[in-house]
Amino acid sequence: MARILQLDTAVAELVDDGDTVALEGFTHLIPVAAGHEIIRQRTRNLTLVRMTPDVIYDQLIGAGCADKLVFSWGGNPGVGSLHRFRDAVQHSWPVPLEIEEHSHAGMANRYVAGASGLPFAVLRGYAGTDLPNHTDTISTVRCPFTGEELAAVAALSPDVGIVHAQRADRAGNVQLWGITGVQKETVLASARSLVTVEEVVDELPEQPGAMVLPTWAVTAVAEVPGGAHPSYAQGYYERDNGYYQDWDAIGRDRERFREWLDTEIHGAERSAR
Amino acid sequence: MSSPRPDSATGGEFTSDEMMTVAAARSLRDEAVCFVGIGLPSTAANLARRTHAPGLVLIYESGTLGAEPERLPLSIGDGVLAETADSVVGVPEIFNYWLQPGRVDVGFLGGAQVDRYGNINTTVIGDDYHDPKVRLPGAGGAPEIATSCGEVLIVMRHNPKAFVSAVDFVTSVGHGRDGRAREQLGLPGKGPVRVITDLGVLEPEPATGELILSRVAPEVGVEEVRAATGWPLRTADEVGMQEPPTERELTILRELKATVGNGESS
Repeated sequence: MARILQLDTAVAELVDDGDTVALEGFTHLIPVAAGHEIIRQRTRNLTLVRMTPDVIYDQLIGAGCADKLVFSWGGNPGVGSLHRFRDAVQHSWPVPLEIEEHSHAGMANRYVAGASGLPFAVLRGYAGTDLPNHTDTISTVRCPFTGEELAAVAALSPDVGIVHAQRADRAGNVQLWGITGVQKETVLASARSLVTVEEVVDELPEQPGAMVLPTWAVTAVAEVPGGAHPSYAQGYYERDNGYYQDWDAIGRDRERFREWLDTEIHGAERSAR
Repeated sequence: MSSPRPDSATGGEFTSDEMMTVAAARSLRDEAVCFVGIGLPSTAANLARRTHAPGLVLIYESGTLGAEPERLPLSIGDGVLAETADSVVGVPEIFNYWLQPGRVDVGFLGGAQVDRYGNINTTVIGDDYHDPKVRLPGAGGAPEIATSCGEVLIVMRHNPKAFVSAVDFVTSVGHGRDGRAREQLGLPGKGPVRVITDLGVLEPEPATGELILSRVAPEVGVEEVRAATGWPLRTADEVGMQEPPTERELTILRELKATVGNGESS
């Protein structure tokens, strides 16, 4: 059964220094508030996993929370580069960042393998690319039935999986809909999971197309209204495109980034929820 | 071979980016299934749907099948895609069920570098992967789009830094380092069949897989394209000129672009 916790308590209990942590949400329902709480708690030496490390991972990396990143596309969508990510890879600032790099198809299948309790996944992928030369979690496997050689990717089984969803009931059953990315796979592949939600309600209303993560498959739920901002929560609020554009100038400059960290994260009041 | 811009056909001026977008849109045939990225490919695909290809099926890697956005989406996860799609599926399903078995006719790609064999680099600039001159965003969906779509259209702005003899890193395979990789690897799709730029159109020569110039944009000369290309660019026997955008194409394109809140940078 999932426990309903305050966000700061949930992060303190679930995320330890040195953990492998996946915060997922494919442009929609990104668990930004949970990421900020990880920064606020000065967590260190994380291996961060995410298909599309965007602004929230730029912030975590710039704050020095991570020493490794596992990913498939690291950019500020619609705007440009992630400057803290680039600074870490190119200049080891603030700390060196090891990378483990895949394609989206590879990452998605790695989560599927993790959620399925399998050690690896099979796909037709990476053919003709230089990625397998640099990433040791990409290999090949021969089909025992046809003899065809296929790509194999190691399963992802994070210590902690964190996603955001629209709502949960008081028993901790989670309901989410719209673009669902790899959220379900992330929760099921991870040893522990935290779902932040827009609201906790007495009863989950009928919602066509919604997926439900049952309470017994989730470790903790935290109510964090607006917890996906500046990404969006379908049915609740729109994407804040201005934030992504403004981030470019803040992320580009180490001093401006430090100021942002001091005022917006460490200087900000701890999340009440 | 510079040609005057036939203003009478368009009723006015247009930019080289508009020409590029219109040329990309025209490359999409009606009722094709198209894997779309954000930025120029999305603009071109939505333009095609509003002009000659109303039955074009748009798939975005965020998991939306058959999206019919009434405005240009701001990101591949834009709510307007989910709200107008025939179906919204998870990311594993988009790649495993829809892309991998060859259900997608056309994939649109771009990148920081493309080489003479249509290989694309979106990973690192520089020789050392571990100590790159520039760290780029990485692969995203592109490697499997490049191998599994029926054909690939590449859309990029033409300059010598982007059009290089050999890419620093093959993120997405075109015709391979030697122009023959698709056959050797047994890849299902045809790979890049056209590279559409702001200066014209390159197409692979069947015998060698090497990109050669087949068409130039209005008012662009062959030498200008050669100067913007980082390898000795050869040309087709006859280099044609692209038809300028029609007034209708331009009007619809400009209306579309006015519906997007942020720019086209990617």
